[in-house]
Amino acid sequence: MRAKVHEPIDFGHALRDALVTGVLTLLVLGPVTNLVLDGYAITAELLRGPLIVNGIGLALVVALGRFVVAVGVQTPAGRDLLTRFGQKGAHGVTVETAADNDWHRVLRPLVIGGALSLLLLVLSRFGLMDVQRAAALVLIVLFVVLGQGLGSLRRRGQSSPWRILVPLLFVAGLVLPLLFNAWGLFPKTWIGNLILALIYVLLGLGLNIVVGLAGLLDLGFVAFYAVGAYFLALGAQYFGIGFWTALLCAPILAACCGAVLGFPVLRMHGDYLAIVTLGFGEIIRLILNNWLEVTGGPNGAPAPGPSLFGLEFGRVARGEGNTPFHEFFGLEYSADYKFLFIYLVLFVVVAAMIRFITRLRAMPMGRAWEALREDEIACRSLGINHVVVKLTAFMMGAMTGGIAGVFFATYQGFVNPTSFNFFESVLILAIVVLGGMGSTLGVIIAALVLTLLPEVLRDFADYRVLLFGALMVLMMIWRPRGLIRPKRPAFAPKGA
Amino acid sequence: MDWHILGQQIINGLTLGSIYGLIAIGYTMVYGIIGMINFAHGDVYMVSAYLMAITLAVIHFFGIDSVFFALLLTLAVTMALTGLYGWSIERVAYRPLRGSTRLAPLISAIGISLLLQNYVQISQGARVQGIPTLIEGTIRFGSGEDFVQIKYVQVLILVASLACMAGLSWLIGGTNLGRQCRAVQQDRKMAAILGVNTDRIISLVFVIGAVMAAVAGVLVTLNYGSFDFYVGFVTGIKAFTAAVLGGIGSLPGAMLGGLILGLLESLFSGFVNTDYKDVFSFAVLVGVLIFKPSGLLGRPEVEKV
Repeated sequence: MRAKVHEPIDFGHALRDALVTGVLTLLVLGPVTNLVLDGYAITAELLRGPLIVNGIGLALVVALGRFVVAVGVQTPAGRDLLTRFGQKGAHGVTVETAADNDWHRVLRPLVIGGALSLLLLVLSRFGLMDVQRAAALVLIVLFVVLGQGLGSLRRRGQSSPWRILVPLLFVAGLVLPLLFNAWGLFPKTWIGNLILALIYVLLGLGLNIVVGLAGLLDLGFVAFYAVGAYFLALGAQYFGIGFWTALLCAPILAACCGAVLGFPVLRMHGDYLAIVTLGFGEIIRLILNNWLEVTGGPNGAPAPGPSLFGLEFGRVARGEGNTPFHEFFGLEYSADYKFLFIYLVLFVVVAAMIRFITRLRAMPMGRAWEALREDEIACRSLGINHVVVKLTAFMMGAMTGGIAGVFFATYQGFVNPTSFNFFESVLILAIVVLGGMGSTLGVIIAALVLTLLPEVLRDFADYRVLLFGALMVLMMIWRPRGLIRPKRPAFAPKGA
Repeated sequence: MDWHILGQQIINGLTLGSIYGLIAIGYTMVYGIIGMINFAHGDVYMVSAYLMAITLAVIHFFGIDSVFFALLLTLAVTMALTGLYGWSIERVAYRPLRGSTRLAPLISAIGISLLLQNYVQISQGARVQGIPTLIEGTIRFGSGEDFVQIKYVQVLILVASLACMAGLSWLIGGTNLGRQCRAVQQDRKMAAILGVNTDRIISLVFVIGAVMAAVAGVLVTLNYGSFDFYVGFVTGIKAFTAAVLGGIGSLPGAMLGGLILGLLESLFSGFVNTDYKDVFSFAVLVGVLIFKPSGLLGRPEVEKV
């Protein structure tokens, strides 16, 4: 047994540390925050609020925090804490075990999700919560559980509960919005919010292939999103194409753009890709903004709505001989139908995409992506063509972005360049980083949270970007692999 | 062809180019020493423009009227504070990530870039800021309608950036500190074994980059007089282009790349189209990456296991 030695706490050292940190913080933040430029003059706002923009206040807080930490780590409890949290998580890839597909494991999210939905409904029943918000949350929970189901692979010859549950959840996801809407629980605003959230899920999934799986930093992902959106808008304007044609062609076009952009750059050191894509995103935006004759410039261009077997969703039919949807079915006109329809199509597409990506990850191509991310030199020495593999990931991501763009354009009914600025790229990157790079479920949750939270917390809209920036840095220091640790689908050889 | 327009664009291009060169130094040195693109560097430049205006306003408030003295003081204070920014960013956002995944520092840098932009926007407002013209006067060549002029500020920019470049070359090439820098750049592990404090050298490189960006920020603000919280973004991309063009990792390359890019951009906007000058600069970047990824003065990259 080793005797525990209690060294005396060195307060002087802690005080000096705190002082130095405080002074440095003051020097860095003070001039920018407490001296506000006003033309050629300056106003000194020494007692400025809120605290986040008061350098003097922040310096005091930081100094105090530093002092507490410096003293805290010298106490035995603090030292314990330090050793416990000082250990970094293991790097590399975690492989799924058979137990991950157990009934017990699978039912856990389902039970939690179900209980949460029930709780929400009960809360709204007693008037503790907005009924419409509760209904939307039920749909979100359902989607997350479905995403979990679609994102897990069954081993050969093994029965998994997801086999029954996924179709059930899928049908529920299609029927419930219709029912909710009929009951008046799912109004247009919430349909719109959920459509946007699902579009970001799609974008997150696309970027996750590029950043999370293949390990290529793409800072201009929004360019492919713009390609999809403008393909629908301009295609309808000049060539008369509709929503469905665009949905099929836009991904191909976006993937081609990805190939053209990616091919020259992917041959080189990976970091160049980041800055080239960053520039490419800006270029696309600049061209959309400046090429007035074709794109309509900053005023944007209109985009057509979807149609169901030729039935349009407008109040009156645009095309000759067309019947609007509501007249055909003898319903009263409501703008909700169009959005509900977009939501349902989007729901199906996102679900298919999750399944597609999950399958892809188990295929040689997907395995090559992740292998390349972990060690490029080893992969090349094993005969993997790194340019082709990276290019497939890049194109696959671009394709997903293109699909999302088509949905965005048809939902908005209108596109303009401001929707595709650098901040959008950053938002999508934040979704991938926070969700855990490579984890499908994490990306779904992060996309839903990051897009729906601002709807709830309007007061903090100014600080949103600030928060994203801080979160990115903190996540990289604390958990570079994201909150949810991605798991590699297991591979079992035949007869094993 | 109008020769006076060509001459004017060359003068403007050289001025612009030396600014790009100064900012490119930050990219190229950081890349050379830790192999990472410091995305936040453009925003450090942006912050330096704000710090410059704030310092100038404070000096003005204390009633110092001598332009020479005010400028000297502003330059010194801005360089010191921006250098501190460089140091703190490295300390907070990059040092904890040594030995982490390859993407981690890049994403962290994006985070810092967002933080700086948004923080300045929140604390100083989103509007365009400005300072009055402090240095007036021009030198004119030619007469009548056809003349070429160079502003005194432009002369100052050229002289100051040349002086910075010379100073930096001496620091890297002729001092003990510079020798340590070069050692760390060549082989960080070996340098550490031989007793070089690598952490301190890496910090120093960040500080040098930030100080050069501060010089650029002061000079640009003197010349154009206006700036906002978003200027760092496009300027950053262009300075990076300059660094790649000159050969990333090479110090004279950064300056050369900056001058060439400035000239090209200036000629393009003078003779072809102003709206697409950013598109053109970017096309230059892609072109260089495709045809000569090692740049003009850089050494081809060798990947080591």
